[in-house]
Amino acid sequence: MTTLAIRGGRVIDPAKSVDTIADLLIADGHIAEVGPYAGKDASETINASGLVVCPGFVDIHAHLREPGLEHKETIASGTRAAARGGFTTVCAMPNTEPPIDSAGMIEFVLRTAQTQGAVRVLPIACITRGRVGKELADLAELAQVGAVAFTDDGAPVADAHLMRSALEYAGMLGVPVIDHCEDAVLSAGGVMHEGWVSTRLGLRGNPAAAEETIVARDIALAEATGSHVHIAHVSTAGSVDIIRQAKSRAVRVTAEVTPHHLTLTHEAIIGAGEAPGGLAYDTNAKVNPPLRTQFDAEACAEGLRDGTIDCIATDHAPHAIQDKLCEFDTAAFGISGLETALGLALTALSLQEAVRALTIGPVRALGLDARIEGLGTLSAGAPGDVVLVEPEAEWTVEPETFASKGKNTPLAGRTLHGGVAATIYDGRIVFDGR
Amino acid sequence: MTQEKLGPPTAPAVAEPPRAWTRSHLLDVDDFAPAELEVVMQTTDAMKEVLGRDVPRVPALRGKTIVTLFYEASTRTRASFELAGKALGADVINISAGGSSVEKGESLIDTVRTLQAVGADVLVMRHWAAGAPYLVARHLQAAVINAGDGAHAHPTQALLDLYTIRNHLGDVRGRRVVIVGDIEHSRVARSNIWSLLAMGAEVIVCGPPTLLPAGLRSQKASRPTVEENGREAMALPPVQVETNLERALEGAEVVMTLRLQKERMQGGLLPSLREYATLYQLNEERMSRAQTGALVMHPGPMNEGIEISPGLASSLQSVIEEQVTNGVAVRMAVLYLIARGTKQ
Repeated sequence: MTTLAIRGGRVIDPAKSVDTIADLLIADGHIAEVGPYAGKDASETINASGLVVCPGFVDIHAHLREPGLEHKETIASGTRAAARGGFTTVCAMPNTEPPIDSAGMIEFVLRTAQTQGAVRVLPIACITRGRVGKELADLAELAQVGAVAFTDDGAPVADAHLMRSALEYAGMLGVPVIDHCEDAVLSAGGVMHEGWVSTRLGLRGNPAAAEETIVARDIALAEATGSHVHIAHVSTAGSVDIIRQAKSRAVRVTAEVTPHHLTLTHEAIIGAGEAPGGLAYDTNAKVNPPLRTQFDAEACAEGLRDGTIDCIATDHAPHAIQDKLCEFDTAAFGISGLETALGLALTALSLQEAVRALTIGPVRALGLDARIEGLGTLSAGAPGDVVLVEPEAEWTVEPETFASKGKNTPLAGRTLHGGVAATIYDGRIVFDGR
Repeated sequence: MTQEKLGPPTAPAVAEPPRAWTRSHLLDVDDFAPAELEVVMQTTDAMKEVLGRDVPRVPALRGKTIVTLFYEASTRTRASFELAGKALGADVINISAGGSSVEKGESLIDTVRTLQAVGADVLVMRHWAAGAPYLVARHLQAAVINAGDGAHAHPTQALLDLYTIRNHLGDVRGRRVVIVGDIEHSRVARSNIWSLLAMGAEVIVCGPPTLLPAGLRSQKASRPTVEENGREAMALPPVQVETNLERALEGAEVVMTLRLQKERMQGGLLPSLREYATLYQLNEERMSRAQTGALVMHPGPMNEGIEISPGLASSLQSVIEEQVTNGVAVRMAVLYLIARGTKQ
């Protein structure tokens, strides 16, 4: 039996409110024991003194792009980026080409992940057939073959009747519906947050209200149906307020925020003033929902702290160079986020808050522990997924060194605090940055 | 063309670019210091003198290649850049997006790299996307002049407007300038605001709320705060916002009205052209609220009877034709100042 001991680290397991120096033993791909002197006779030992030892991070929102968009990312490259970022579980979004809306497509993702992936991949399926918002996909069949949630992410479900049906039907299956909340009529043509920067740059704005109106609609539908709706990438202070009120009424709503919406603002598009003319029009900061104001970012962080927002999800959206090296209006939306998630999370949150938001937070948000016992924890019997974090480590973001094919980040050259020392998935070291 | 025809070589029409000029691109006037605007104004004076000659040509840019690259239709801007380049002795090549490799799906970066490779010293570009010239300036050796980018900037229009105003009023300091119409979608308004404020004018923008930029009309969290906006120069300009044209015009010395795009009705931003004209048309009666002899300006092309009454457009107060004429001299000045710095 192969055993791996991680000794002398500061073990943080938010699910059990553990934060102590301890040893940890992984046997046969599962957590065997946490405590003093655990794993004295392990076949392999990692000295983790000075490091934080926590459950492998879980990302419930990543675009792995396969099939169809392999020039942007593949399951192989995306899961390596995940491992580099400390993630041992990633939920793959279904807006591929073709979209993941059938049992065969789910099986393709699972099979490819098994043969080529570096970490666990849990597929998310479309809500609607072809992801065009007209009729429901075969949700029961999709759930049966392994879809952990349903979403048309990248686009909202514009038709409120269809959204209601999706919630009712998915409720029967016990599977959450994730919505990308955006009134596409209100946001039409918008390429960034509507505010003073969009005015300054002459770019079409996407107003906060375009998100908030659909968040409110979805909550009303979740309340009416009793089903679970999960709000993807919350970006406005108004959305946080609406969700907070809904939770106080015990509506079954959960929510996520991205590392970039916690830490960056619409000013990132102007850049640092070094570009010719002082305006960068940085397409790497073009993302949907858009980077908003400092006020919004702080409201999102506060929402995470008080439990209104359940977790961090990266919305990892890798793109090829040519997708971003073009006019701002025509550039693709998205940030390659798996490899900078921890550093950004620690910019906005304390270490304990960040670990919770990256582990048990997302697991409970989507109910993933009902499928994989102990996921996101270090309980005995849980998956042998562990990340070793060096919280004080200072490093510079160099996109060219990313494992992801997507080098698109507005953080190039920026110094972040908090690095991943090693990632262990299924009892094996899948990334070693020590 | 012989040297003689170009004017006496011993008396160059234009002096060496003054030291206050260090720019290799003209992307906008948002960061122009008053001294730089003065340089352009003085150089334009010299260019007007050249244009007044029997043979309005000087060899100042002989051997330089200017490419105009237009992704949008244009009559006056393009024609005046071409005339300006030729009057300075440069070779001018005109390329439109339609009928070029752009139609075959070539990216902007590849197109401009090709133009640079064939020897363009100066690229004059108009593009429907805000920021496109900034992208090009970042990736190209050649000098870039922005001839209009989306709803963002139109610096040479602002410069020719400033020149025209100064011709009539002299110093613009403290003068009340009103810009009326579709501010939200207007690059002309955006650039004019910066140059006028830099020279000390008081600027009022006026239009219905649906045509005023979100960042100006909303006093909510979208306004930059001091903490949020450490770089003061990058903030929004301090203009006054007024939805009532009568109030805006009180005491105005310059009134610019903007072209109203007819598509704005389909976009649900306006009820009708008729209602727009009722509220916002610049006409003789409304102008009586402004100071006597206040200048009436329009960047063109005009919709007479909508944003401006035909009578006012052709009145003595109107300097609309003069704007067009000054456009050539200003663009000569800009081309001269920019192109002199490029590599031989």
